[in-house]
Amino acid sequence: MAVELDVFVGNTTLIDEDVYQLWLDGYSAGDAVAIRIKRGILEQTGASPDVLESDTMDHYRTFQMLERLLHSPPKLINQLLFQTPPSMQSMLIEKYYTFDEPFVREVLGKKLSKGTKKDLDDVSAKTGITLKSCRRQFDNFKRVFKVVEEMKGPLVENIQQNFLLSDQLAGDYAAVVFFANNRFETGKRKLQYLTFEDFALCAEQLIQNWTLGAVDSNVDDMDVDLDREFLQDLKDLKVLITDKDLLDQHKSLVCTALRGKVSIFNEMETNFKNLSRALINIAAKLIHTKDVRDLFIDLVEKYIEPCKSDHWTSSDVGAFLTQYTNAARALDAFKHQALWERYMCTVKSCILKMYHD
Amino acid sequence: MGEDADRGGVSSVGVAACIQRPGSYSFLFCGPWRLVQPCRQSTGPRATMPGKLKARIVAGRHLPVMDRASDLTDAFVEVKFGNTTFKTDVYHKSLNPQWNSEWFKFEVDDEDLQDEPLQITVLDHDTYSANDAIGKVYIDIDPLLSNEAAASLSGWFPIYDTIHGIRGEINVMVKVDLFNDLNRFRQSSCGVKFFCTTSIPKCYKAVTIHGFVEELVVNEDPEYQWIDRIRTPRASNEARQRLISLMSGELQRKIGLKVLEMGGNAVVGYLQCFDLEGESGLVVRAIGTACTLDKLSNAATSFLPPCSSPSKDLKEVPFSEDPNPVTHSSGPSTPLKNQTYSFSPSKSYSRQSSSSDTDLSLTPKTGMGSGSGGKDGGPLKALYRQQTQSAFEHREFPFFTLTTFPPGFLVHVGGVVSARSVKLLDRIHNPDEPETRDAWWAEIRQEIKSHGKALGCHAVVGYSESTSICEEVCILSASGTAAVLNPKMLQDCSMEGCSEHRLSRQPSFFSTGSEKGEFDFFLQCQDSASLLGLDDASSLGCSFCHIPYDELNMPFPAHLTYCYVCRKQKVPDVLFTTIEPPLEAAITGKGCLIQARLCRQKKKTQGEANATAISNLLPFMEYELHTQLMNKLKLRGMNALFGLRIQIAVGENMLMGLASATGLYVTALPAPGGIQVAGKTPSDSSYDQHIANIQKKINDLIVKNREIYEINPPEILDELLGSPIPETRQRSRLFRSHSESSDDVPELDLSHGKKDAFVLEIDDTDAVEDIQSLLTDASTPSGFYSCNTEVMPGINNWTSDLQMFTSVRVFRLNNVTSLTSQGLNKTFSDVCENLLKTLYFKLRSMVPCCLCHVNFNVALPEDELIQVAVTAVALTFDKDQTPYIKVGTDKTLSRASAENEEQLQFTLELCMESQATQSTALFSPAKAADISESGHLQAVSPAIQTDRCSSWIEFIKQKAQTIRRGSIKTIASLDKASPLAEAHARHRSPISCATSTVTVVEMTPLSFIPGAKIIKYLGIINMFFIRETTSLREEGGVSGFLHAFIAEVFAMVRAHVAALGGNAVVSYIMKQCVFMENPNKNQAQCLINVSGDAVNFVKESDVEYASTQAQGSGLQAGNGSGDIVA
Repeated sequence: MAVELDVFVGNTTLIDEDVYQLWLDGYSAGDAVAIRIKRGILEQTGASPDVLESDTMDHYRTFQMLERLLHSPPKLINQLLFQTPPSMQSMLIEKYYTFDEPFVREVLGKKLSKGTKKDLDDVSAKTGITLKSCRRQFDNFKRVFKVVEEMKGPLVENIQQNFLLSDQLAGDYAAVVFFANNRFETGKRKLQYLTFEDFALCAEQLIQNWTLGAVDSNVDDMDVDLDREFLQDLKDLKVLITDKDLLDQHKSLVCTALRGKVSIFNEMETNFKNLSRALINIAAKLIHTKDVRDLFIDLVEKYIEPCKSDHWTSSDVGAFLTQYTNAARALDAFKHQALWERYMCTVKSCILKMYHD
Repeated sequence: MGEDADRGGVSSVGVAACIQRPGSYSFLFCGPWRLVQPCRQSTGPRATMPGKLKARIVAGRHLPVMDRASDLTDAFVEVKFGNTTFKTDVYHKSLNPQWNSEWFKFEVDDEDLQDEPLQITVLDHDTYSANDAIGKVYIDIDPLLSNEAAASLSGWFPIYDTIHGIRGEINVMVKVDLFNDLNRFRQSSCGVKFFCTTSIPKCYKAVTIHGFVEELVVNEDPEYQWIDRIRTPRASNEARQRLISLMSGELQRKIGLKVLEMGGNAVVGYLQCFDLEGESGLVVRAIGTACTLDKLSNAATSFLPPCSSPSKDLKEVPFSEDPNPVTHSSGPSTPLKNQTYSFSPSKSYSRQSSSSDTDLSLTPKTGMGSGSGGKDGGPLKALYRQQTQSAFEHREFPFFTLTTFPPGFLVHVGGVVSARSVKLLDRIHNPDEPETRDAWWAEIRQEIKSHGKALGCHAVVGYSESTSICEEVCILSASGTAAVLNPKMLQDCSMEGCSEHRLSRQPSFFSTGSEKGEFDFFLQCQDSASLLGLDDASSLGCSFCHIPYDELNMPFPAHLTYCYVCRKQKVPDVLFTTIEPPLEAAITGKGCLIQARLCRQKKKTQGEANATAISNLLPFMEYELHTQLMNKLKLRGMNALFGLRIQIAVGENMLMGLASATGLYVTALPAPGGIQVAGKTPSDSSYDQHIANIQKKINDLIVKNREIYEINPPEILDELLGSPIPETRQRSRLFRSHSESSDDVPELDLSHGKKDAFVLEIDDTDAVEDIQSLLTDASTPSGFYSCNTEVMPGINNWTSDLQMFTSVRVFRLNNVTSLTSQGLNKTFSDVCENLLKTLYFKLRSMVPCCLCHVNFNVALPEDELIQVAVTAVALTFDKDQTPYIKVGTDKTLSRASAENEEQLQFTLELCMESQATQSTALFSPAKAADISESGHLQAVSPAIQTDRCSSWIEFIKQKAQTIRRGSIKTIASLDKASPLAEAHARHRSPISCATSTVTVVEMTPLSFIPGAKIIKYLGIINMFFIRETTSLREEGGVSGFLHAFIAEVFAMVRAHVAALGGNAVVSYIMKQCVFMENPNKNQAQCLINVSGDAVNFVKESDVEYASTQAQGSGLQAGNGSGDIVA
């Protein structure tokens, strides 16, 4: 006797979150059955393997039918085919769009192109995430990117409206989109210690402060591109290192303020000019797209690593950057206060987030 | 017959209103329809334009991409009704078109309204080639024809294509304006309400239960017409869908006419089925129970002086909420015109001659006319005798499709009666004269009737009919429960029904079903019982068990004891019925689903030989099924079966039998004895040991089952109990017959001849296997109960959590011929058991829960295939039950009284309100449409408020609101503001904020929704779909294909209900699921037929709220009819 056909359809669509996760993780129905058995479901319920198989198949079919709708979440909540409670709908969407940390670290900042997609088997091999799951996550990135790329208005809100994600997840997607659009380098060995969360916060800062939307939300441009004019202007900050007087003045102001307050005062004093030069050189170079891409590697190489080798603590870094930023205000000859603030506040937040082991 | 001229007249109207269509297109889509035109014949004089149907196409969404180049679609919509077609503009380059069309108006007669569906076709405009069809929506207009229901519907409907499934959605609004002209001779039966529910629907009371109505129509199946060879599968499927839609519309209309002639206004327990006879045609047949129903809010009418004139002006009584004034126009003056119908040569009437002689007296013998005369006053008697009698003559078959009755209605239950007949199908040469099919059914019904009579019963309740077809062989089956009904009630009823004076006789009505009504009938049932001299047995809940037949002249050998409750009357030791356990029945413990399963091989033969082979097998199958049922019942320590349904499926080389029922321990019946195993007479010690082991197993199982089902009957005097292994014989209430066995052939002895039924003799291998299978039937896992009745007696605290589901499985048997009959049985049994196990596993999160109304359907679609389909609902209940009460009677009574208390209050409130409303209603008639709309919104929203609140879909809600508000604006127009109407407006505003685009629609096979009150019935849902694929693998194989299709069917049912303003379907049933595959060609096809009653319910937690609403809607319905009359 062989089962030719076996379906179960509920008026309210029956969804098992565990099976959904297995499906999202890219396991085949057969693997999912094996995993469920390993988890001891047969003992818990007294069911037989064929019952479990039938149940798993039903769920997999349902998920396959749902997938088309999940590609456009507003469709999912307005469709008539599957009657599901709103809480279940949001769970389905949220989990479908949730991505894995190891995966996103591999893809973050890369162009979301066919080429990258072809390399996903490498990513899969490296991360241990199934290729199927990698593809889903990659396609999600690409889908969100394509939808919001040309949209006006705040990036996070656009994502939320079009994909009905939670604040947190929408923010993460904003970071992914922003990084993909600006092609920030995140994969170098020196950046490996950074988590996606670090980058997400940096992205948030950059979006808030360095894009066109940051200046004027009504402007006909988007959150995804950096403000070219601002980047252009950044070279004006060079005066802080090229003008010897300004540099000395700046240094003495910072040293006065920090004397006795930080443990690494001496190291700071000796290194001040190097650090200041590093930060301002990064700013000045940002007009070149290539250097924008290297922003994070530059921050690590030029600023974070020297500090680390001198054993600065995180609070030392915070105190220094705060004083370094504030002191420039007292420099009468320095005329680019607004520009300075816009640049330094963001860089400070990024560095502080990135300054860990 | 003047038809042509008539049709010409109609079509000229059509042409005038029709917008010209491109020729190529009209060939494509109209071609097939023309073929089915013959079935739209009509006769007799007709109203020229009694109604106006208006439709508006608002918008579409989620349309498929039809133009690959642009990834967009240029969609437009065709709206077709009858021969008239309108088109919207083309909305270019959008997947979410906003047509916002004008109102398309169709001027039609009401007959068409009943028969025809509104057909909406969405197309993609193509400048150079033929326009591509995206899909269709068929909307059944019938629910809009009842005065009390919604006069409009609006909502999102899935756009359905028989090849691609659902392709986007379309927002449609439909309105019907009926101009009632009641004096005209009627071909239509607009306004007769249809209910699938097999009890008196909630919020109605039965004034009269008139009796059995049946009808069938026949046509050629478009799939088998010559044209099918040249048309596309899509065209063929659509032709079929439309034909069946037309045929069921016609069938319903004809049944409606019969109901009107009987003086009724509703059909309850309406069951419509299709027989796909292949080459020989397509039969649509229906049975039901004609009733006169009153809306419960009518209770107020009793406070008013009775309507003085017995004439037909009842509708002018402004406070009358009789939804169906037309009822009264169909009095004796209406000629019986059925003879002129094209398809049904009016069976019941033409047969009157034969049936009105001696045999008719199966209807209550107490005398119809004469008995009632005394009570009702002389002059009236003379006036209405004629009608009364004709009402009884309709009871050629005193059958009732109801399974639940008003207390006091069902006096005694005799047992199950069933009849089967094997027929050879031949081509139906003239669809206009389906006499053969009629005659076949008449034959079977006669047999059922005589079986009932043999059991000393004058009526058959819980009656149903079914067929199983394989190639040219067809098994027709009918079954029911022989019963004695309260003659007084029956007779009063019919008298009442014919009498226009029923208002004055209000106090003696029985009402039922509704919570509000329960109070009434509870008193009444005692009252009527005492009138009948039935002492107080009915209140003890045992009277229905008392034997109706003569003790000294029993129709079969039976062992009678005195009733274990009243100790006065005789009862049998087991009772089989097809009905629900009566509400007042005393039940001990809980019950469970019991199934008997059987497979029988037969030779592959043709024609007569085949039919004979099947006929010869049938009695043995019935016998074995019966034995299995009996053994399994004993094994569970129970003594009665309810809801028994025996299905026999016929295949090429197999017959399958599946009997399902709910086993219960009825307190009034004696405790069942055990099962004794007996071995071969010459035996050795090891064999004896083996026997003893089996015996021990059986005994242990019985003890265990009694624990599981909490069967602890009250202590009974020893002399009544008898010995532990009773010498009682098995008594069968099961009657069967088939056409080959004429009446004078002695009945097959189902009482197991001389053998002691409770002794299983292990004298051959078969018996060993039988016992093995008996013992291996898996018990339900803990936390689960299951039954095939509506609910499980003994569980009262249901929560509102419910999950309706359908599960379908197809198994392939390898080498059927090599299997032994036992092996086959075991395979089939395993199939069913496994299916149940899967259900328990899937629904484990709902524990504690009960699978209710578990309905199995078996079929043998192909040589080695077995198809099993199950539809059921899982209901959860609170674990913390009130301490278990041992005797069911107490429970029932306490439940009833508790309900009475709260309902009494409710009733009083209602009466006061409705009195108040009457005055306002008279002065401020608001438009019916407005009212139903607002009522609907209010009713739906509480559910929505709780079910759908999610912050992140706020913006979509907003959009939805604007759409909804728009729709209200167009419909709603208060003529005058009454205080009540203002109250409504106040209620409405906060609620509409909570609406979302998708209404949650519950579906359940039960007639009620736990934890909720049904406040309105919105019409019958009867839908038929075909789905076909030529890319089976790509759609996920057979399972993927059917999974999607069933989900689509559910979605379409929900959408229609939501558009009617409902939020649930009750008495939902999947009547047919015919699946065919051809994996080699990568093809599959499936036909599904579902039905149910669309309703509007409110959760009991919002009952305060609901009570104001119920009044509101009651008032509004009244206003509505007043408005139309004016």
